[in-house]
Amino acid sequence: MSTVVLLLATGLGLGALYFLVASGLSLIYGLMHVLNFAHGSFLTLGAFLGWAVAQRLDATSWFGFAASIVVGALVGAVVATLTELLLIRPLYERHIEQVLVTVGLSLATVALFEGIWGTDPDFVRGPAWLDRTTEILGARIPNDRFLIIGLAALVLLAIVVFLRRTRYGMIIRAGVENRAMVTALGIDVRRAFTLVFAIGGAAAGLGGVLAAHYFGYVSPSLGGSLLIFAFIVTVIGGLGSLTGAAIASVLVALLQQFANYYAGGTGDFVIVLALAGVLLLRPSGLMGKVAA
Amino acid sequence: MSDPILTVAHLAASAAGQQVVEDVSFTVPATGITAVLGRNGVGKTSTLKGIMGLYQRTGEVTLAGERIDGLPTHKVVQRGIGYVPEDREVFSRLSVAENLRLAERAGASSPERRELVERLFPDLVQRREQAAGTLSGGQQQMVALSRALINDNRLLLVDEPTKGLAPLIVDQVTEALREAARTVPILLVEQNLEVVRRLAGDAVVISGGRVVHAGPAAELLADDALTQRLLGVHAETDTGVAL
Repeated sequence: MSTVVLLLATGLGLGALYFLVASGLSLIYGLMHVLNFAHGSFLTLGAFLGWAVAQRLDATSWFGFAASIVVGALVGAVVATLTELLLIRPLYERHIEQVLVTVGLSLATVALFEGIWGTDPDFVRGPAWLDRTTEILGARIPNDRFLIIGLAALVLLAIVVFLRRTRYGMIIRAGVENRAMVTALGIDVRRAFTLVFAIGGAAAGLGGVLAAHYFGYVSPSLGGSLLIFAFIVTVIGGLGSLTGAAIASVLVALLQQFANYYAGGTGDFVIVLALAGVLLLRPSGLMGKVAA
Repeated sequence: MSDPILTVAHLAASAAGQQVVEDVSFTVPATGITAVLGRNGVGKTSTLKGIMGLYQRTGEVTLAGERIDGLPTHKVVQRGIGYVPEDREVFSRLSVAENLRLAERAGASSPERRELVERLFPDLVQRREQAAGTLSGGQQQMVALSRALINDNRLLLVDEPTKGLAPLIVDQVTEALREAARTVPILLVEQNLEVVRRLAGDAVVISGGRVVHAGPAAELLADDALTQRLLGVHAETDTGVAL
């Protein structure tokens, strides 16, 4: 029983990280039809700079941890915004070129991060509570899992409220459904593009800081390794669907954790099989194309 | 006679690399309804999309003396053109109220316009919170028309508003267009000649991506031989059959 509880908690924590990356990917694709391969770079940079700020302020204090989260999210948002304005927007409606640009940016930034911070992992610390465990039904759950799950849930709630209660949220939901018709109502949909990139970048940057605590280190390849699974989650959930991304994040992470434990470390293989199954049986994903 | 509200000169439009409008020129008077007629596939809808900038276009499009052919779609709309697309294209997952709120433009929408929409389509008031995708075809057309009527526009482009609707709803849509035309000129693509007969002052006939006839709608529809030649139907016997 305790093993199942531990796997559940670990899977939910990993699913929360997948969601933080996949939510932006999904919204960006849903609205703009851009597969953003540079999304992992937003995460990595958020993690590195968040950790740098935490170290300066006292990494073991809650203040330092909170500051790292804010900085990680801000860095992700700013870099994503600049990416959209400088690299994606000039290639409007040229989807192949947009994808190539994001692939190039991803490769270039990983090389840049290796040049700045080296290729070795940089081990991170946080407030003492995060390093401790809490016993639930006999399982000793690392406390950072609770924090990661809670923050991801808050991000999900915030994005849903934004999409449902604000004019720009309404524009994004409408744009995911029929972008041309949004412009035919006199709305400059490109502003929504930038906003979606900023939101996705902020979630990825936050995810970077939390991933560093989940795995215990930050490295230039951190974003890339999570991005692969986030893409799988995005496809399984349904490109453009935030709810789909949330559900698929949890399903994929749980499946991965349980398969790794009970099926001889085959988690990644099982995930790819699940992806193939969804593509064959339900190509539009679990939730199809709907923003929220 | 006052200056036309819209002048289209040598408009050519293409979609997905395919030329769909070759060389269309016509004017739209500053009042009343001008019908765009033609057989299926001649480029009527594409002409509207070319004016809107939804298709790549060349040629000149002038709205009240201002060239708009170089503007992106959202700026064309902001100049005062309301667009009601073929097949309605309501946002199916947004509510009726959200569809209308999204269409409201700052400085162009007003309480009077909202009252007009509510008066023309009382059904929508009761269904404000209903997802637009769950409405009937006629109700969706009301939403599509309301999105254009909720703003104080200088011109409306309305594409086949009665397509696929029940006769009762056709009457309601026709009356709504007649009411709207009291305050704003309308360029109307319509296949139903009875509706054209009831609404249009002028008519432009397109064939093979070009304008082949322009003049008073009543004159065209009174000339059975001409109608037969240009549209492929007998005007006097046609009571609403699609061309």
